[in-house]
Amino acid sequence: MIEGILIGLKTALTFQNIFMVMIGCFFGTIIGMLPGLGPMTAIALMIPITYGFDPATGLILMAGVYYGAVFGGSTSSILLNAPGVPGTVATSFDGYPMAQQGKAGKALAIAAWSSFAGGTLATIYLLFLAPSLSKVSLSFRSPDYFALMILGLTAIAAFSSKGQFIKAMMMVVLGLMLASVGQDSLSDITRFTFNNMNLTDGISFVLVVMATFAMSEALTIILKRNDPSAVAKQVSLTELGSIKINKEERTQMLKAIPRNSVIGFLIGVLPGAGATIASFLAYGMERNFVSDEEKAKFGKGSVHGLTAPETANNAACSGAFVPLLTLGIPGSGTTAVMLGALLGFGIQPGPRLYITNPEIFWSVIMSMYIGMVILLILNLPLIPYIARILAVPKNYLIPLILFFSITGIYVMSFNNFDIYLMIGIAVIATFMRLYDFPMPPLILAFVLGGLMEENLRRSLLISDGSWDFLWSRPLTASIIAVTISIVSWQVYKTLKNRKV
Amino acid sequence: MNINTTKIISLLFFIFSALYLYTAYNIQVFSFDENSPFNAKTFPIYLGYAGMFFSGLKIILPEVNTIKVDHKSLEYKKTAILVLIAIIYGFTILKVGYFLTTSLFLASSYYALGERRWLWIFLLSFPFVALFMYLLHGVLEIYLRDPFLKLIGVMG
Repeated sequence: MIEGILIGLKTALTFQNIFMVMIGCFFGTIIGMLPGLGPMTAIALMIPITYGFDPATGLILMAGVYYGAVFGGSTSSILLNAPGVPGTVATSFDGYPMAQQGKAGKALAIAAWSSFAGGTLATIYLLFLAPSLSKVSLSFRSPDYFALMILGLTAIAAFSSKGQFIKAMMMVVLGLMLASVGQDSLSDITRFTFNNMNLTDGISFVLVVMATFAMSEALTIILKRNDPSAVAKQVSLTELGSIKINKEERTQMLKAIPRNSVIGFLIGVLPGAGATIASFLAYGMERNFVSDEEKAKFGKGSVHGLTAPETANNAACSGAFVPLLTLGIPGSGTTAVMLGALLGFGIQPGPRLYITNPEIFWSVIMSMYIGMVILLILNLPLIPYIARILAVPKNYLIPLILFFSITGIYVMSFNNFDIYLMIGIAVIATFMRLYDFPMPPLILAFVLGGLMEENLRRSLLISDGSWDFLWSRPLTASIIAVTISIVSWQVYKTLKNRKV
Repeated sequence: MNINTTKIISLLFFIFSALYLYTAYNIQVFSFDENSPFNAKTFPIYLGYAGMFFSGLKIILPEVNTIKVDHKSLEYKKTAILVLIAIIYGFTILKVGYFLTTSLFLASSYYALGERRWLWIFLLSFPFVALFMYLLHGVLEIYLRDPFLKLIGVMG
């Protein structure tokens, strides 16, 4: 492992890669701060640029964007009570009241240090857990992978659907349907192409991500008359206050950080969960851990209340890399985008990545840590100025997002058809967003579609067409049992809501 | 049973899934693969049924929290104009080239969204695209086809 860490450090500490982490963190912070635009949009916009680099650098850039976006989301939660990403909603519960009390600088500093500590501890957990899990996952067979993908898709549908599980499952099916367009990987038979040559290779992953996130989010902002920059104009450079944290606050943080980093990391590892659930859970649990006196401060600017979700959401971001790097199965929409990008580089993440491409495996883990340090050094003093940049009016912001989306597709294919297809998907996605049809399940399903079919094919061929492969191995049966319990829980919740 | 837009979307999805299933059944597979436990149409057939199942459930089950969208408050006009500009951009980009069409796309989008300061419109379109093009083409060595720049002799 030491050798691996050194390889990772050697790759991550090159001038180019440090520069990429810095760019990624900076860009991610800006996008993450904008309400309505999250890490997936930020990463999606970066994908075409990453193809100009080697895989390690490309992935390092995207990891920097990811962390930057989560940190940016916290900033807008604290300063504007307008969370840029769902994972930082809980941050606003105590961060914004603190800012209203004239302690915005302090709240930002607490958030930054908590994120740093949460991310650092989670990176250490990842450092020890990922190699051992990689070795364990080498014993996984096709039925286990198939069951795991079913679990991942069910879990993301359950957790991202805001009580609309069936809608989320419809989006999962739609994602799998989109992934089935083009040549069958084994027989080369074309499917759902309707004799259109442009569809023979299938629909590009970047196209679907750009359409359902970047472009559709931009159109939604216009359609709903939202103005992400309007709130940013309220930020005053002079009213942020001191960023110094006193001894008492430090003690409170030191108590909250370790336990919430564990909660965040474990939630992040679970398929479908992620920063949002981790931050809410951490906030709720922290409230139970503290004294009654401190409990009364929750919602009014509590240090515990701010530290807990900030630690947990960053720890969850690191945790989400565990299933991606060790099993090759992303646990969240954001890591699904990263998986798609990796596949674009010709790299298949999974247990073998640790053996075949150790420099990528370790450099990503190391760059996560470097990303945390850079976020702390670079972003904390620069936050007031970055917040000013956000005052760019939407009249400029939206066309620029559309421009990056279309350019991203154009440079990849030089094909008008892809641009039309992207616009078409974006318009449909915008309309579906209005009615709360979630997009992350679609993306995860689209990325996993090919792998899922491949593993189902192998499983059915081995079992001669019988579905008993789902329960013939204890591991597969356990994964299926977890999936059934998630579905049962959703059914129970729906029926309970109906009775109320 | 309330008929609301969510149910209409679900009905459309049901029809789409049925068509998908019909197309899946019509996928031509090799004769030796016809009776195999798994062939090119197996997975799509399952997907078609799954789509019909979930959308059917959504149609049949009563809505707990009906989502109401106030269409009067939505900015359909500007959104449609932006989409139209994007389509025109897509139509002309290969024929005219990246630089001119992208600059015009940006300038017209700024204008369509209400910007009237011409200096900013110009600065954030033509010079901005030139800079971005230099970054892509010159620094990252990503090829950009541009007949217009080739015609005026700027690009080789």
